[in-house]
Amino acid sequence: MHPAFSVIAFTTLSGAGYGLLFLLGLAYARAPLPLSREFALVLIGVASALVIAGLSSSVLHLGQPLRAWRALSQWRTSWLSREGVAAIASLIPVAVLAVAVWHGEFGPVARASAVAISALALLTVFCTARIYTSLRAVPAWTDRAVLPAYLMIGLWSGAHIGWALLAPTGIGLGRAPAIAMVVTGLAIGALKLGYWRRLSTGLLPDAGDVTGLGRLGSVRALEAPHTEANYLTREMGFMLARRHRARLRPIALVLLVAVPLACVGWVSWRGPGIGAPLLAAAAALLGAVVERWLFFAEARHVVMAYYGAPAHAP
Amino acid sequence: MTALPPTTARKLGLVIDLDTCVGCHACAVACKQWNEGGSFGPLPDADPYGKEPLGVWFNRVHTYEVDRGAGKAPMAVHFPRSCLHCETPACVTVCPTGASYKRAEDGIVLVDEAKCIGCKLCSWACPYGAREYGQARGVMQKCTLCVDRIYNQSLDEGDRQPACVQACPTRARHFGDLGDPHSAVSRLVADRGGYDLGPDLGFKPVNKYLPPRPRRDGPDLAPAPAEAEEALDPAALPPILRWLDRVLSR
Repeated sequence: MHPAFSVIAFTTLSGAGYGLLFLLGLAYARAPLPLSREFALVLIGVASALVIAGLSSSVLHLGQPLRAWRALSQWRTSWLSREGVAAIASLIPVAVLAVAVWHGEFGPVARASAVAISALALLTVFCTARIYTSLRAVPAWTDRAVLPAYLMIGLWSGAHIGWALLAPTGIGLGRAPAIAMVVTGLAIGALKLGYWRRLSTGLLPDAGDVTGLGRLGSVRALEAPHTEANYLTREMGFMLARRHRARLRPIALVLLVAVPLACVGWVSWRGPGIGAPLLAAAAALLGAVVERWLFFAEARHVVMAYYGAPAHAP
Repeated sequence: MTALPPTTARKLGLVIDLDTCVGCHACAVACKQWNEGGSFGPLPDADPYGKEPLGVWFNRVHTYEVDRGAGKAPMAVHFPRSCLHCETPACVTVCPTGASYKRAEDGIVLVDEAKCIGCKLCSWACPYGAREYGQARGVMQKCTLCVDRIYNQSLDEGDRQPACVQACPTRARHFGDLGDPHSAVSRLVADRGGYDLGPDLGFKPVNKYLPPRPRRDGPDLAPAPAEAEEALDPAALPPILRWLDRVLSR
């Protein structure tokens, strides 16, 4: 599949933003963070900015951006529509919490909105992942690792951005969060390795299967319907990533998992600092981009079998 | 509205005969002409008359070679591919705007180009490659089953069928109601063993494909037996025949 910049930017930036919002919601549902109100608003603002930047990039890639509001109408059947509704709805409790933080009032309304932020952040990323896992025409995305990977990578990159932002305030990584980080990082690594292993063994239908001519013999695409590329071969027939996957997969894992985990280990050993969290956040976000690029670019669409794509990934 | 109608009164669709299709692309060209040419102005393609034209075609004709094993001649099968107007199409339910819909009255799957935002998700959801994105219009486009012909009172009754069906010189394309078991197309499907594309995907295509008829097997590939050269001794012939043999052997 063609890895559109806008979709990668949306899923990684918004994923990180919602991950951070989820964690902030969890924190404020228990007690306000021991921060100045200005700094607390910076945290909420950065998370919201990531979300809004992602949403804007996904709207700008549309053929008709001015009609984007229509995408909120079909939540009964469409995961894309549900994602849009959840994404916008999540910004309401964020605004309520921001006002509460500014006035220093942490009553039931603030707590309820903090819970709502966490729930809606989780729901939005869940909807994002379901857009892809529900596409039967792209068998790789129906893999069981896709949904948990989306949720955990969002949480993971959001957590690292939060850690980096909090580092200058002296709020370090506690023992329990550090353990949670290590567990999440290892789980992401395991999910991606399992996904890639199943991707290499999975079979797609070939020309004989999709045309129904396979029952007559072995089928070879003799002549394409057109001499030049068309929308389908450009959008669904993207091959670059599969050629370079042997290099890109380790790069994704090192940036996304290994470097941040090393930073967590370093801080646990040598005490809190600013450099390690910053490096971890940058690596995690960059790694998420590489992982997401591969997620799109590696996946094969069934329609390419009509053009003679083999059952095995080349 | 992207919710699917529970049932449709009719199931209009195409039956495509892979036995008689000769791969002339007339259906594809007629489709392009009806939907994008003529009174609608110049082709809304990128670089339409240049070196690398890029535009939307609702119908694409592939050609396959079927190797039937040793001793049998390989078959060339021409395979027109277009929207199958599925009974439970994923392209409709994934649409976030309601631009994609399936008509309850006849089952035609359409895109409302005034509502489409061009997010392309429907083209990702379709395993048959039926939807193509129109760069110039910024919206998704697809086969309409010539909804603007088949009900068009200003056309002669004989012309009220999809452009591709009318253009086919070998009558490899048939149009009708596949929901009615007594319709001509349904009987054709029953007689010839018409089949669905990708039935395991579960989208229940309405269009059916008729398989190529069985071919005569065996002798096609075996080399024709060479005529045994008869031994002839010209010297033994009478002079006239010897002269004739010499002339004819030149």
